[in-house]
Amino acid sequence: MLSKPYAVTAVSIFLAGAATAQDMSIIVQSTTSTANSGLYDYLLPIFQETSGIQVNVVAVGTGQAIKNAQNCDGDVLLVHAKASEEKFVSEGYGTVRTDLMYNDFVIVGPISDPAVVSGMTDVQGALGKIAEAGALFASRGDDSGTHKKELSLWSSAGVDPTASSGQWYRETGSGMGATLNAGIGMGAYVMTDRATWISFGNKQDYQISVQGDDDMFNQYGVIPVNPEKCPSVHADAAQIFSDWLVSSAGQDAIASYKVADQQLFFPNAPTK
Amino acid sequence: MLGEILQSIGEALGLAVALVFSGDPDLLEIVFLSLQVSLTATVFACVIGLPIGALVAIGRFRGRNAVLILMNALMGLPPVVVGLVVYLHLSRSGPLGFLGLLYTPTAMIIAQTILISPIVAALSRQVLEDLHAEYADQFRSLCLTRLQTIQALLWDARYSLLTVGLAGFGRAVAEVGAVIIVGGNIDHLTRVMTTAIALETSKGDLGLALALGIILLVIALGVNAAVQTVRMTAARQAYV
Repeated sequence: MLSKPYAVTAVSIFLAGAATAQDMSIIVQSTTSTANSGLYDYLLPIFQETSGIQVNVVAVGTGQAIKNAQNCDGDVLLVHAKASEEKFVSEGYGTVRTDLMYNDFVIVGPISDPAVVSGMTDVQGALGKIAEAGALFASRGDDSGTHKKELSLWSSAGVDPTASSGQWYRETGSGMGATLNAGIGMGAYVMTDRATWISFGNKQDYQISVQGDDDMFNQYGVIPVNPEKCPSVHADAAQIFSDWLVSSAGQDAIASYKVADQQLFFPNAPTK
Repeated sequence: MLGEILQSIGEALGLAVALVFSGDPDLLEIVFLSLQVSLTATVFACVIGLPIGALVAIGRFRGRNAVLILMNALMGLPPVVVGLVVYLHLSRSGPLGFLGLLYTPTAMIIAQTILISPIVAALSRQVLEDLHAEYADQFRSLCLTRLQTIQALLWDARYSLLTVGLAGFGRAVAEVGAVIIVGGNIDHLTRVMTTAIALETSKGDLGLALALGIILLVIALGVNAAVQTVRMTAARQAYV
């Protein structure tokens, strides 16, 4: 009585397996900011037209993206945490890491500006004032690229915010957008990449409070997953995609993506 | 404050209506995939859960109470845990990685089937046990085999079991935790209503997120109305 549905399951599993085995489709394990800002919606059709390769994007935090790629569940890694990326390559999971593009981080806060940091360019100074004032600060708290960057900035500011976790320092453990929603909901300062902020739809009475410090530089890198570690990856298609991103065609496409007349990502791949 | 909320719900309603009538192909794709995944999972969950529910309903065996408690407790399986376990199995580095199923609708169906099978099993067990208590003497006098008893019970309770199936479907179509992990929320491949809502929320596009939520609610209404119609039509015919 049960054999028929099971047979159907087996067939459907088989078919789905066969469908994903084709080489003209790759999976990119990506940070959320590049996806949420609409960059892929703009780039991927251009790439698909020239290459015929379908690119599927899984957008998660950088930490999770790297773990997924280590599990061989992606063909290309596109994230923004240089130290972790270099470790990924040195451990043999990726072939080569290439600088792809950059933008910068900003700290957004309510117009009422409880810590009086609006207009500051010195990020360490601003963080120190936020901590001193005990003004609410919402952190990603999810091991993402943005979270790692934020922790390194706190450390260089000489503040250990995690000691006040749950008080003025609120770790949401969520993605950038969710953290912005939460931070704005509670009136907290939030550090975000500029691309996510510009394209974010729920700004309410928030503004960019702190920006322009060289330490807020945000570098994105691209790494094809190593077929020696992960024989199942579509290495050729992954390489074609990665090569295209750093080619002049790909770099021009990145530069031409704008939201509200503002360029979100600035290509800086080394010219070959 | 309340006025603002009502206003934003009103705007979302307007947006939802506009979205539906625009016939946006992306939206239709997402709606279709949601239905496909969750209805398929519901069918599999019924195939797995109803026989288990029936067996436990009429069975008298040692440890039955423990089984009941376990079945009832599994109704509260957290979707995100189910998603994680399925991910670990289907991941390329996992035991079933060779199937290449991660980030496909099939993976989402597997996860939702695991999520809602206990719901179907536990609720059908209750329904069938109550019915069995009513008919037990009659069954005994007819000397029915266990299989015949189960068949008779399932048939007799078919309308109540439809509601059980709907409870499972409702859980499946509304969950986001499992499908976002095993499906990856990939555009044009594994994006469903709930993951699209999560995405729009994270983009801060709360109006669109709410509009999608309203559409999801209407879809659930539609499915329930369809089942109710079938049920009523069948019931009418039974009395003719």
